[in-house]
Amino acid sequence: MVTWTSVEEELLSLAGSVPDPELPVLTLEELGVVRGVDVSEPEGRVTVRLTPTYTGCPAIEAMSADIERVLHNHGVAEVTVQTVLSPAWSTDDISPEGRRKLAEFGIAPPRPHDAASDGPVPLTLSVRCPHCGSTDTELLSRFSSTACKALRRCVACQEPFDHFKEL
Amino acid sequence: MTAALALGDDALVLSHRLGEWAGHAPVLEEEVALANIALDLLGQARLLLSLVGDEDELAYLREERAFRNIQLVEQPNGDFAHTIARQLYFSVHQQGLYEQLAAGDGRFAGIAAKAVKEVAYHRDHAEQWTLRLGDGTDESHQRMQRAVDALWRFTGELFQPVEGVDVDWQALHSRWLETVTDVLGRATLTVPTGPQSGAWTAGAGRQGIHTESFGRMLAEMQHLHRSHPGASW
Repeated sequence: MVTWTSVEEELLSLAGSVPDPELPVLTLEELGVVRGVDVSEPEGRVTVRLTPTYTGCPAIEAMSADIERVLHNHGVAEVTVQTVLSPAWSTDDISPEGRRKLAEFGIAPPRPHDAASDGPVPLTLSVRCPHCGSTDTELLSRFSSTACKALRRCVACQEPFDHFKEL
Repeated sequence: MTAALALGDDALVLSHRLGEWAGHAPVLEEEVALANIALDLLGQARLLLSLVGDEDELAYLREERAFRNIQLVEQPNGDFAHTIARQLYFSVHQQGLYEQLAAGDGRFAGIAAKAVKEVAYHRDHAEQWTLRLGDGTDESHQRMQRAVDALWRFTGELFQPVEGVDVDWQALHSRWLETVTDVLGRATLTVPTGPQSGAWTAGAGRQGIHTESFGRMLAEMQHLHRSHPGASW
């Protein structure tokens, strides 16, 4: 017997399977931005709750459109994507698999937040170069190609790289 | 409504000023950094103005007197030191304000909790540059001091209570002063001693009274939308 819960789970995994428009190696589920799916009875209208990574992130519109398209293609007639802010997204919401894929893609994954420190920028752990694995890397700029990344350079292999900075 | 407009206009106007650096910043990394900060502020502005009405109408179709931003954020970019001084004064304030709002359960709590994490990076950026310019060459020190002095009289308005923004304004002011004093001290700069507002500026931005350059900024910001009503990308 199909229960509403299992339908919601299926819809959630469909919405979560959408690739991030900016970093297509990651799915929205791995990025941790899909917060939930509700199906309203009896109409069967589906509402997907999505949270932005950054307040001004322009990718949120593409994400919403992609989720709507995927669910439409799976026979859902009415889809609404609702943006939710609370609780605020954090880089700790990126799954371990997501972190692995980021590194493989050449972007140093964010470091986990230190519960003991209340600062926004954890400085205790070094950032590992995604190319050669060296931990001897330096910060070039706190802001890079997108709001979520910082620009670093590896001292060992001299390659510059993006670091998904902690939020 | 007044509160969302005040906070939203602060973010919108500063975002536009920072956007003016595109193509003019001293180095490529700064070009990117200032644009990133502008984008964060634009995101805040969109959320806050949407609480009041249509974000585009509010941004593009209001007259100068209807804007409720403080005068600090509308000040021209000046040289790079002026932009950094403005960033330091504003981001230290915004971080304190949003921390208090995020800790409460008011209507801005969600937006503040989201934005405060981004603002921490804005403040860090301003602080690092203040240290580098203040404790740099004679020329950079002199220019940074000049910027810090010139904008000081606009800082009083940061702590004028806004109706509907439920925070401890006095605590906000004393913490701001403590932080700014600490950063300027480490940057070998002198904390300005003059009043934090002039008779003619006191709290005027929140009442819709703005400084001369704001009208020109708005003209540039709004002309495309006004020339082509309803146009979209």
